[in-house]
Amino acid sequence: MAERSMSKLSSEPLLEVTDLAKHFDVSKPWLARKIEGAQKQILKAVDGLEFKINQGQTFSLVGESGCGKSTVAKLVVGLHKPSRGVIKFEGRNVADAHSRADSAALRRRWQMIFQDPYASLNPRWRVRDIIAEPIRVFGLVKSRDEQIDKVGALLTQVGLSPVDGEKYPHEFSGGQRQRISIARALSSNPEFLVCDEPTSALDVSVQAQILNLMKDLQKEFGLTYLFISHNLAVVYHLSDKIGVMYLGRLCEVAAAKDLFTRPQHPYTRLLLETIPDLEMTGRERVPVAGEVPNPINPPPGCAFHPRCPFANDRCRSEAPTPTERSGHIVACHAAEEGRLPDATFQAPKQPVAS
Amino acid sequence: MALLEVENLRVEFPTRRGSLLALDDVSFQIEEGEVLGVVGESGAGKSLTGAAIIGLLEPPGRVTAGEIKLEDRRIDNLSYEEMRKIRGEKIGAIFQDPLTSLNPLYTIGRQLIETIRVHMDLTQEEAKGRAIDLLGEVGIPAAERRIDSYPHEFSGGMRQRVVIALALCANPRLIIADEPTTALDVSIQAQIIALIKKLCREHKTAVMLITHDMGVIAETADRVAVMYAGRIAEVGPVRRVVKQPKHPYTVGLMGAIPMVGHDVERLTQIDGAMPRLTEIPRGCSFNPRCPKVFARCREERPELMHAGRNAEAACWQFDKEGRRG
Repeated sequence: MAERSMSKLSSEPLLEVTDLAKHFDVSKPWLARKIEGAQKQILKAVDGLEFKINQGQTFSLVGESGCGKSTVAKLVVGLHKPSRGVIKFEGRNVADAHSRADSAALRRRWQMIFQDPYASLNPRWRVRDIIAEPIRVFGLVKSRDEQIDKVGALLTQVGLSPVDGEKYPHEFSGGQRQRISIARALSSNPEFLVCDEPTSALDVSVQAQILNLMKDLQKEFGLTYLFISHNLAVVYHLSDKIGVMYLGRLCEVAAAKDLFTRPQHPYTRLLLETIPDLEMTGRERVPVAGEVPNPINPPPGCAFHPRCPFANDRCRSEAPTPTERSGHIVACHAAEEGRLPDATFQAPKQPVAS
Repeated sequence: MALLEVENLRVEFPTRRGSLLALDDVSFQIEEGEVLGVVGESGAGKSLTGAAIIGLLEPPGRVTAGEIKLEDRRIDNLSYEEMRKIRGEKIGAIFQDPLTSLNPLYTIGRQLIETIRVHMDLTQEEAKGRAIDLLGEVGIPAAERRIDSYPHEFSGGMRQRVVIALALCANPRLIIADEPTTALDVSIQAQIIALIKKLCREHKTAVMLITHDMGVIAETADRVAVMYAGRIAEVGPVRRVVKQPKHPYTVGLMGAIPMVGHDVERLTQIDGAMPRLTEIPRGCSFNPRCPKVFARCREERPELMHAGRNAEAACWQFDKEGRRG
């Protein structure tokens, strides 16, 4: 596995996404529509996303349920076809890889880890076959012995033992299953991993094990991560750069530390406000009223305006475009016009004095 | 006198291969108006403790030893009918998934009015008035209109508010809230926590808040009990437990939580996983994962003992008189 070493750590973007959109047609069947005189209904799950991920870095997308973050993950690995927009991997448009061999060569280099380790492993396969599948599909080894060795090495790498390969998924706990998912993802020597809420189904102590493992693997192989999560603390711990999503659009993109200390977009501020206070400062959380609106029928203008304390007439009619301001890319009229009060979020410190 | 006293509670599940000990020697109290957080990982027995208190243990699980006393009266040996009266009237319950707690075929008004009239001597009209008041109190806008809506017409956060209103119907003394915010988004979670806190203050209701999320506990609870493998590992005021955890499991658990503003390269890792009920180790059940383990831990099981000011932990390192290894 020497070929994917640290040497390629550079600042050139590995993945570049421009104007990415995915629209789902959720209308009723044609006849029902004609009878009721109803219009077509289009759900804009992702609408005009732009971001770059540099080699060896972790880019995270955060947002509440229904904001489209998992759809982005599926678009990036090719499980959904984009309705609009371009995904470039190493400067090359992914949609141009037409031939089977071409797209296989690309697909070997990225893999995905899913949220539910109970649903993402075939219960009828032995673990060694689950992990060996990508190796076989991409023809990465020449002999069966080599394959057995490689599976054993992968299992050791993720903290299991080579003899575990003989077992079936049901014999493992949730955390161990997620380790198996990671071993499977690593088996094709990928450079880029898309992780869709990989620790949300796990207990905190197990989550810590998986997050540590992911960081170790990143260092060892120079992996690039697109990490999807709703948990801000996990995202803070893991990311270099963070994108905050709301109803299919990016509100704010900034370096991880910076986003948490100097949040610009009102929605980012709202999210930071909801982080439980483990520091025990006695800070009362100010609960923000309202909920995420229905994405089939989003509010006009800026989608966040019904919940935004700084909304004015312009916000209600005109959708903001993302613009760069002091290192943050922010899509907000109030930020652009300088109507926002300065907010420095006081990051709580280490609570445990053990 | 405490509102709820649980003493040496033991819950077993008889199986063909012998009895599984799901809760072993669990003792704690909840005072009037107090919020007790019960935290632990899946399988620690926290929900089972709640179910045992309201008498809703899934058969074949049953209480085989110990006592549960509410307002100084034993409630663990009551008949089904007597317990039914206690549920709702004295103890309310809020569960994780608001959709399964509400009947999808009835309007929320009908469900609220029915519950109110079971427990209180009110006419239909009076009960409806109370239902509207309750809905308003839990923050449902335009309660007079929304009372005729069905559960599917509400969002997740609003449904959980309705469930809280249902739990409050008869002004219970104690509410058992089992993961009330786990299924909700972060911004809604903050709203529900604020609501539960406000209602406790106003009604002087005690709450047993069961969750795996230390953040929720830190914000809401007065005291916290940390559970591990069917036993209580540590009890204390929430501030003390969060800032100075005593039991090695709590120390590990707190270090494992990633925190904003807390820059660490690696999180504290407790290796291994909680043992299954069939393979609980001899001695202290945490001993195979414990960084501070010594000989005695592998032989004898520790009880909750004094571990400094405001602290009780089930760990031999706090046994001053005893031998250490």
